[in-house]
Amino acid sequence: MQMIIKNGHVIDPGNINAIADIHVDNGKIVSVKILKKASGVRKGGADGKGLSPEQNVSPGEPEAGRVIDASGCIVVPGLIDMHVHLREPGEEYKETIESGIRAAAAGGFTSICCMPNTRPVNDNGQVTEFIIQTARQCRSVNVYPVAAISRGLAGKEMCEYGELKEAGAVAISDDGRPVVDSLLMRRALEYSQSVGLKVISHCEDPSLSGGVMNEGSVATRAGLAGIPNAAESIMVMRDIALSELTGVPVHIAHVSARESIFAIRDAKARGVNVTAETAPHYFTLTDNDVKNYDTYAKMNPPLRSVDDRSAVREALSDGTIDVIATDHAPHSILEKDVEFDMAANGIIGLETAVGLSLILVSKGVMSMETLVEKLANNPAKILGLESGIADGKTANFTIIDPKRSHVYHAKEGYSKSKNTPFDGWEFPGKVVTTIVGGVVVFSS
Amino acid sequence: MTWTKKDVLDMESLSAEEINIILDTADSLKEISKRPIKKVPTLRGKTVILFFQEASTRTRVSFDIAAKRLSADSISISASNSSMVKGETLIDTAKNLEAMSPDIIVMRHSSSGAPHLLAQRISASIINAGDGTHAHPTQALLDMMTVRERKGSLKNLRVSIIGDISRSRVARSNILGFTKMGAHVKVAAPPTMMPKGIESLGASVTGDMKSAIEGADVIMMLRIQKERQQSFLFPSEREYSKRFGLNISRLQHAKPDVLIMHPGPLNRGVEIAPEVADAPYSVILDQVTSGVAVRMAILYLLAGGMRDADDH
Repeated sequence: MQMIIKNGHVIDPGNINAIADIHVDNGKIVSVKILKKASGVRKGGADGKGLSPEQNVSPGEPEAGRVIDASGCIVVPGLIDMHVHLREPGEEYKETIESGIRAAAAGGFTSICCMPNTRPVNDNGQVTEFIIQTARQCRSVNVYPVAAISRGLAGKEMCEYGELKEAGAVAISDDGRPVVDSLLMRRALEYSQSVGLKVISHCEDPSLSGGVMNEGSVATRAGLAGIPNAAESIMVMRDIALSELTGVPVHIAHVSARESIFAIRDAKARGVNVTAETAPHYFTLTDNDVKNYDTYAKMNPPLRSVDDRSAVREALSDGTIDVIATDHAPHSILEKDVEFDMAANGIIGLETAVGLSLILVSKGVMSMETLVEKLANNPAKILGLESGIADGKTANFTIIDPKRSHVYHAKEGYSKSKNTPFDGWEFPGKVVTTIVGGVVVFSS
Repeated sequence: MTWTKKDVLDMESLSAEEINIILDTADSLKEISKRPIKKVPTLRGKTVILFFQEASTRTRVSFDIAAKRLSADSISISASNSSMVKGETLIDTAKNLEAMSPDIIVMRHSSSGAPHLLAQRISASIINAGDGTHAHPTQALLDMMTVRERKGSLKNLRVSIIGDISRSRVARSNILGFTKMGAHVKVAAPPTMMPKGIESLGASVTGDMKSAIEGADVIMMLRIQKERQQSFLFPSEREYSKRFGLNISRLQHAKPDVLIMHPGPLNRGVEIAPEVADAPYSVILDQVTSGVAVRMAILYLLAGGMRDADDH
């Protein structure tokens, strides 16, 4: 099965930034033929750095196969969302592996990592295998399970990381809950490295986080209990210390607070192997969006202040934050159409991440190349997954029309759940095609 | 100006004009409670449901009496005897109540914003009788009525609120209410009980009792809840009382015509000394009396008193 993606603006940061034709055969890239250097591309666009014309020589047009005209579009390595909740097994009324995969494909993701807080918890090889098998049957987006750090997410004892790795897990995390016990966190870092599992940390000090929204004047006015920034940053600092102690890399999930960013920036400067992600809602919204007790603005960590949002944007631009991940958290109206105190945390995000990231590009906060790094290259690097557009690589692409502005309607989305504060938002561009292993899994 | 609001949810959403309408109406209805036959037919045929998910004696009884004095039929539901203990959601419970066509639902709930949630969903009027740590508008209005009766006007009065401001819906509603009417509100508490950004509601902040008492026209003490010690808010009731309790010797610094208020229930000997609570300048029981009048006024206004008068 052959495929040509013609005339697209191919951006693979550090490798290529040019108008090119990509030839695919049998799920692999066979050639990238540069037509011309990209110029006058979008505001904040890439500069052609890393372009190496001597490679990427085309062997000629294939005789047969699908031709995708990508004129006017940006063709990038398949996007990877390293923080997704798929809810299956156990809460299929919110999302199934299949519906989550369809939402991911529509959102431009060719690979997603699913967090272990399912029912039962993904803390053993059987659950990991179940997720992988179910996902494979969909023949679509790749699903890489993140298994639990502790059995039952209880924070008491380690899971069998060797077995989890063999079953196909790529990382471990107790996401949704912090690992409070510092010794357990230390041992998890030390032991998991020996089996090749990355540690992703949900940073939260539960004794400080007994609230329902960001601590500050908005919470005070609404009479809602606040969660201070320090509830997050204290644990970020601890995990940096443990990474330094053990020499094992640690990845910090969903960074929301500026103090966390300061700590990560300092740690990186002195050579600590720490990486970090944030979610689109943290660079887009603030606690002012918790209007009239809107439970679609309730998440953990909470939406922070304007200053925190600025810090998150700056950290994306200067590289302190490596990754944009959605923390896609489907909930039905059963969990959201209730009193604010009682509402579940989290929003769906797979189908809005690219649109919200493009808004940042249009605002000049980051370049298109940086966007691609945060959504594709960096998560791949952190998790040891394949990424990039070059001969011999797996044909995973996301094709984005940066000028196809449109209004997002949650009810037209693929996720089973509709819990999003972005319903009715206008996005400047759109994912038009998602290709996994040379197969189109979404087009619009 | 006529009354147009469907609900009374918080002081933030009431204008100074609307506050005046409520207080003026309450003044005129207060006399009913002094008659030998304490009942007028004004709200005959109207149904008022008192939906109290959180414990309350004073407020529930006050609303109940207010409704009955206006001849409305009032029905009381509390958490323990409602289907909410069987796992029904708040919205379902409310929709079921709505199906029985009440005119007004008076609601108390432990979650901030719960009355706002219902107000968007159902057509009956909602009166917030206290939601979480957010608002208690009828308490603020009865406090304002009590002060207005004594001082003539609220304008330029200096009001000090002392106690656990963080967890007090009474403090929030009074800050907003008194400020809207031109008073100056100061809040005093240990830093552990002072919420971030309270200044944005219009209050000035102090940690010093003396500065809260000096020059104040009104001192409002808030109840200290003993269980709060567990969240490390203060070391002991003894120390709290010594540093932030209102006693006779502290009152030496107060103006001679100061009014002492407390929303109740009192912790005698903790935040307020018994001899202060019972002193002539204490208007704590007048607050309770005003409560009935203010609630009668709100029921009257929401049940169509002014709206109907206008329509016909």
